[in-house]
Amino acid sequence: MKQRSLFQKIAAAPHILWAIMFIAAPMLFVLYFAFTDADGNFSFSNITSLSQYGNVFILSIAFALIATVVCLLIGYPLAYFMAKQKPRTQKILMVMIMLPMWCNLLIRTYALMALLDNGGLLNSLLEQLGVGRVPIVGTYFGVILGMVYDFLPYMVLPIFTAMTKLDKRYIEASYDLGCNGWQTITRIIMPLTASGVISGVTMVFVPSISTFYISQKLGAGKIDLVGDTIERLFQNVSTYNVGAAMSLVMMVLILISIFVMNRFSDDRTTAPVRGGLK
Amino acid sequence: MNKDILIQLRGISKSFDGETILDNVSLDIHDKEFITLLGPSGCGKTTTLRIIGGFETPDNGEVFFDGKKINDLPPHKRLVNTVFQKYALFPHLNVYENVAFGLRLKKTPKEELDQKVKEMLRLVNLSGFEKRHVTTLSGGQQQRVAIARALVNHPRVLLLDEPLGALDLKLRKDMQGELKKIQRQTGITFIYVTHDQEEALSMSDTVVVMANGHIQQIGTPVDIYNEPVNAFVADFIGESNIIDGVMLADLKVKFARHTFTCVDKGFAPGEAVDIVIRPEDVDVVPVNSGNLNGVVSSVTFKGDYYEIIVDVDGFKWMLETSDFVAEGETIGLYIEPDAIHVMKKSEFSGMFGDYSTFSDEMEHLSDPTEEDEE
Repeated sequence: MKQRSLFQKIAAAPHILWAIMFIAAPMLFVLYFAFTDADGNFSFSNITSLSQYGNVFILSIAFALIATVVCLLIGYPLAYFMAKQKPRTQKILMVMIMLPMWCNLLIRTYALMALLDNGGLLNSLLEQLGVGRVPIVGTYFGVILGMVYDFLPYMVLPIFTAMTKLDKRYIEASYDLGCNGWQTITRIIMPLTASGVISGVTMVFVPSISTFYISQKLGAGKIDLVGDTIERLFQNVSTYNVGAAMSLVMMVLILISIFVMNRFSDDRTTAPVRGGLK
Repeated sequence: MNKDILIQLRGISKSFDGETILDNVSLDIHDKEFITLLGPSGCGKTTTLRIIGGFETPDNGEVFFDGKKINDLPPHKRLVNTVFQKYALFPHLNVYENVAFGLRLKKTPKEELDQKVKEMLRLVNLSGFEKRHVTTLSGGQQQRVAIARALVNHPRVLLLDEPLGALDLKLRKDMQGELKKIQRQTGITFIYVTHDQEEALSMSDTVVVMANGHIQQIGTPVDIYNEPVNAFVADFIGESNIIDGVMLADLKVKFARHTFTCVDKGFAPGEAVDIVIRPEDVDVVPVNSGNLNGVVSSVTFKGDYYEIIVDVDGFKWMLETSDFVAEGETIGLYIEPDAIHVMKKSEFSGMFGDYSTFSDEMEHLSDPTEEDEE
């Protein structure tokens, strides 16, 4: 390794200090609490007591998976459509996708709740039309809808980036060798934008599996996910240690899923595409 | 219509953003020939190729393939394959799968496919590279994979868009021979685009010289070199001295203040013309024993000959000679009648002067990174 100069060390110091205080130390606390009981003695009891939350884990994983798949099904064609537009149109569409992200996640979720609530805009409209009120808030559907709405941009943007980097010549070569439009999409465009899909999937799956706010608001307190449970456990001093254990398991789960997803993106699909950066 | 003609372009025009790239281009391409579209950047050669491949639609004019109009036929339905400028090998597939790509689409039976792919890899000297990843190959190897990937589909026509542009000189020479050999073996029509005149002359059956969206001349390499139709072709193909002249009568032409006997006729008496004389066609002789006298202004050793610049009454000639002459020496120049080539005046007349500003590396040197017109 290259020797770092004194200046470099000093310049990096604030960041290192910050990272130690606010990333490393809290992690160590989590680890400490997860493996100790209320008296501070080493114990596995917190981990083993998590078995009672099995359903919560399963529900969280299922919700996150469904939200991710729905985001992918909407996001991939959307990114493809965007990449095919003229640069001007692309910019407009990009702003339309980015704009909600300038607004705080909590506020967006509140707004969605106001729209979908039993007394909300949508249901009033449906009633006017004679369809009748459809309960959305407080249902599984409502929570998943919230996840999709909040996290869709994280799916679209990396895929869109991968598509715009794709060399037009690959597509021409594919047509040249006999592919029709659909075959070009499945045989060339999809494999060559897989890196974008993997980024998108990671960026949607991770916040979906750990969210507590969306499930609280759009689940109307009736649906308990891992995030909600951890929040509740941490609000009571006596369950601090179980909360820490649950956080730890959650982190491990997320790390495993990121690792698995990165296995899919071997160097073939992430190999730099020549001529992509113009 | 001639049976032998495979592709016909009739009155093709194409412009991009109001800029005319091709203006009323007509061209016949014969079956099994090696035809080269030659010209500088922006002359429309790549656009012509892309129209044949189906990647561009002409604004005006018609494209016929085997007698049938194919203007609106999409690329994947044409019996044409392309070797792209930067190969465009699919980075997510290995060498074998890149070559097999077209055959898999046609649902070729497994054994036949395997046999064809291996045979093709043998043809391009890449046996044993099947499992290699295309991004790990050298430029020359990628080039050959691209050729194999196109040829394995047995197209009637292979389009090659500056395929050797990214290779170094030595490799380019080898690949030129290789391509010519493959073309003869397979009997496939090759349409080759390049801005390298030497490449065009050494490989082609027919050379099409293009400039400013027009075809300037179509002919065999020998015709193009010996009988250029205008100053542009003369200048673009090899070195040439292009001099203003006046046709006095059939077989009599005046330039450089002298009257010469030539072999050209059919011009109006007194018609202004461009004269082309190739550097190697002028003999260096003792003073006053030739047609002209001049002072040697520079001498460059080129290995098997000297390239000299001679000032004849202010006009700088380029000559190639095997005899050493000294700078500052006055010499005589002898020009035989059949070394004089007379051309009609054209839009290019006067654009290519003498060699007074000549430097070795100046003109039309191939630049591998150069992008052709879109």
